[in-house]
Amino acid sequence: MASLKEWWHRLGSPRTFYAIAQRAGPWFTGLGVAAIVVALTWGLAFAPPDYQQGNSFRIMYLHVPTAILAQSVYMMLGAAGLVLLVWRMKLADMVIVAAAPFGMSMTALALVTGAIWGKPTWGAWWVWDARTTSMLVQLFLYFGLIALRQAIPREETAGRACAILAVVGTVNIPIIKYSVDWWLTLHQPSTFTLTAAPSMPPEMYLPLLVSVLGFYALFAGLVFARTSNVILDRERSTAWVRALVREQTS
Amino acid sequence: MSSVSLAATPSASMLLVGQVRRDLKIAMRSPGDLANPLMFYALAVALFPLGVGPSPERLAELAPGVLWVLALLATLLGLETLFRRDFEEGTLEQLALHAQPLFVGVLAKIGAHWLVTGLPLVLFAPIAALMLNLPMQALDTLMITLLLGTPILSVLGAVGAALTVSLRRSSLLLALIVLPLYVPVLILGAGAVAAVVDGVDSTAQVAWLAALCALALTLAPFGAAAGLRVGLD
Repeated sequence: MASLKEWWHRLGSPRTFYAIAQRAGPWFTGLGVAAIVVALTWGLAFAPPDYQQGNSFRIMYLHVPTAILAQSVYMMLGAAGLVLLVWRMKLADMVIVAAAPFGMSMTALALVTGAIWGKPTWGAWWVWDARTTSMLVQLFLYFGLIALRQAIPREETAGRACAILAVVGTVNIPIIKYSVDWWLTLHQPSTFTLTAAPSMPPEMYLPLLVSVLGFYALFAGLVFARTSNVILDRERSTAWVRALVREQTS
Repeated sequence: MSSVSLAATPSASMLLVGQVRRDLKIAMRSPGDLANPLMFYALAVALFPLGVGPSPERLAELAPGVLWVLALLATLLGLETLFRRDFEEGTLEQLALHAQPLFVGVLAKIGAHWLVTGLPLVLFAPIAALMLNLPMQALDTLMITLLLGTPILSVLGAVGAALTVSLRRSSLLLALIVLPLYVPVLILGAGAVAAVVDGVDSTAQVAWLAALCALALTLAPFGAAAGLRVGLD
């Protein structure tokens, strides 16, 4: 128990995290890019066409991972916000700063790819169905979080305010999802569920699975890289960052 | 100094009642500010027939959604000033230093805010419904959903107002933060009224609104209090 606590506190130190991020980040990024390239080539060129949707379903290999990431990144922001509020771990704020723009772009990508898929399938770029709508609300939640962050000049105040908003948003997401589901639903049921076997043949869902894992790995790699930059910027007056810079520039 | 006896700490209910009274008194002293959200509501309701045409059928069809969307916007109008004055003059700091937890005072301020913005909207609803030709059988549902929904709008809005309390011009940011959180209330409220217009039972939506109201009233004041502490730092 004591060692777990010790590990937790050591991880919370920007210096340790920087060292870990420098070592692990490139691996995650590389793995993610490789997996996405493999999955997209596999899915776009080799997977069999859908018996109903023909080839247009192939955008799923991009759409589903971005949509999953859009949601799980916000959940992670909420978790990081809780860590910041409970343990006052300033690293959590740095991770929020690093991850929020990624989540926002994933949400935007999910909306755009959804619209491109919707045009041939539903006959309209935009249909107000339950999942597109909750994704749109999600995008505004990201906008609000990032705007609040930028509006407050003091770094520490901004961090804690954003942490509170992220936690409030995370509590609200299931409520928003259920209320929007109630409102209307036209969308296909979820592609992946943990409890039931997928309704697609393996040659169609395996590339999707690889793609989702690839996006997660890419996310991890980018968060490591971006957090490292935030750490260097915020800790620039500390001895270890100065030593590091001197070492790398000499 | 030993002769000075410490005043007994007021109980939570004393603080609650005292704070509500104080805020109401302040609100009564500037009747103009008091009427603004309501006037906005009436004016915006009047704009819709001008925009979409006076056809009674079309207005009746739009009425549930319009009345609810405008309730959201009208609530938003008064939010920016919810904590602003107390923040600037230092009363909020006193409230934060109070022996009672900050959320008690926050809940009182939200309650007073609701009494001067939410409740008038509920009471004005019959006239607004008349202006938009809402079928009369849906009027009681409109009022009940507004009665359950406007407190949710006030407490969730208070979280946003608390987070932006130290910022000078925050009204747009506040809207961006708060409106996405209002989505469930809008869907349930407008959905219940529309269901009754269509002759369908609306008990489920009303029950959900009541549940959300209980949830928001219990949790959101903590969020607002935490946000205020961040702003006071």
